Amino acid sequence: MKTFSESHFPGRLIAVEGLDGSGKSTQIYLLKRWLEAEGIKVYFSEWNSSELVKSATSKGKKRELLTPTTFSLIHATDFADRYERHLMPLLRAGYIVLCDRYVFTAFARDVTRGCPPDWVRGNYSFACAPDLTMFFKADLEVSLNRILEGRPKLKFFEAGMDLRLSGDLYESFKIFQGRILDQYLAMSKEFGFVIIDANDAVEKQQVIVRKLVSDRIDLKKFKRRSPLPLPPSLPATREETEKEEDKTV
Amino acid sequence: MSKGHRFYGHGIPRVNAEDLGGTLIVIEGADGSGRSTQIADLVNWLETSGRATVQVGLKRSTLVSEELEKAQEGNVLSRTTLALFYATDFADQLENIILPALKSGFIVLADRYIYTLMARDMVRGMNETWLKNLYGIAPEPDAVFYLSVEPQELVQRNLSKTATLDYWESGMDLGLSRDLFDSFLKYQSAMGDAFRQLQKSYNFEIIDANRSVTAVTKELRKKIGALLENCG
Repeated sequence: MKTFSESHFPGRLIAVEGLDGSGKSTQIYLLKRWLEAEGIKVYFSEWNSSELVKSATSKGKKRELLTPTTFSLIHATDFADRYERHLMPLLRAGYIVLCDRYVFTAFARDVTRGCPPDWVRGNYSFACAPDLTMFFKADLEVSLNRILEGRPKLKFFEAGMDLRLSGDLYESFKIFQGRILDQYLAMSKEFGFVIIDANDAVEKQQVIVRKLVSDRIDLKKFKRRSPLPLPPSLPATREETEKEEDKTV
Repeated sequence: MSKGHRFYGHGIPRVNAEDLGGTLIVIEGADGSGRSTQIADLVNWLETSGRATVQVGLKRSTLVSEELEKAQEGNVLSRTTLALFYATDFADQLENIILPALKSGFIVLADRYIYTLMARDMVRGMNETWLKNLYGIAPEPDAVFYLSVEPQELVQRNLSKTATLDYWESGMDLGLSRDLFDSFLKYQSAMGDAFRQLQKSYNFEIIDANRSVTAVTKELRKKIGALLENCG
């Protein structure tokens, strides 16, 4: 699996992975805010968010129609749609793309559900590897508590109820998450995950994240050349932005 | 019926192909090759002789057929997305219809199978190895008949039926030609090439379907009759 940089894309892709409740979404959001403030061309993409596939996925989940195979394929379809429609053109255009979950989520979940690892990896082999993958590793108990405290209504597939691990939703969720964590850790080395201690304070983690990103990626190459187009009702702001831009060029 | 089956590749989790009885018969061919006519005849013939049948085809799954249809209307799918969407549709029917029917000893008649899907994707530049891994979930059929018809003859049959040519069956998304008629001929000939390429790895019998419906029916019945006899 080659990275985008190794495949000579002008853009770079940064992915965050981890269990639900590991705090990865907060961290990538804060990273995005920083990069935007720095005037960098940045795009954020979330797992399972393609408009095109959404209705089929939610129908499959609601009516519990999904098997490990169709669960895997429908998420691969969703990923392919985002990959071909957004990620590829943006990476060709020199964007920094931030992904809240990437193919590793599928590798961990689908294999936990019983799909053959080679089959799953083969299906996703059209995708390049991220230039940086950060894995947010929290104690299983901490992640579980965060989820179970904040959002006590677990969904069927989210809790891995299709695996019949336990008749109890919460018990099933715990076993399922534990197995996914094992899968993540098993592939951590192979795919060069940078492990972030997600038990640390949010601010402390973000300092580490920002440092990692600026060490790995020459950020000044990804700055916007022209200011973002602004609505005509804001002429003053536009002038200011242009002045700012003149200084940097 | 036949004793057990095998998957082309990784198969389906927790399903042992050897436990699958029944008979899986696939009819492949372009639109206008006479697939549906032949399948209707086979169903009638088999059921009259006391054998239970089930039919499957492309884009008929509960899970994604509507969404797939909608997405195709807008022509907004890129090739990998299209390939995986169709694979999802196939897998849903495989697990919900084909495998249970085989387990119960039915004759499953498939109006197209993974080969059409693979050929379409190959014509759109998808990698054959990637496709073989993806469709490794499919059980190997007991027989595959490819109804082969010359593109020129296909044009005539399609026009006499609908007075037009289908956008997708003409491969218009590929930009082979702005002209529907030219595009259809080019696309169908590329599909023929892809099928010949697939024939190297998958065993299908080519039936000359340029002939009359009755001639093709006679040949299919004879071959399927022999197959069922052999399987006991």
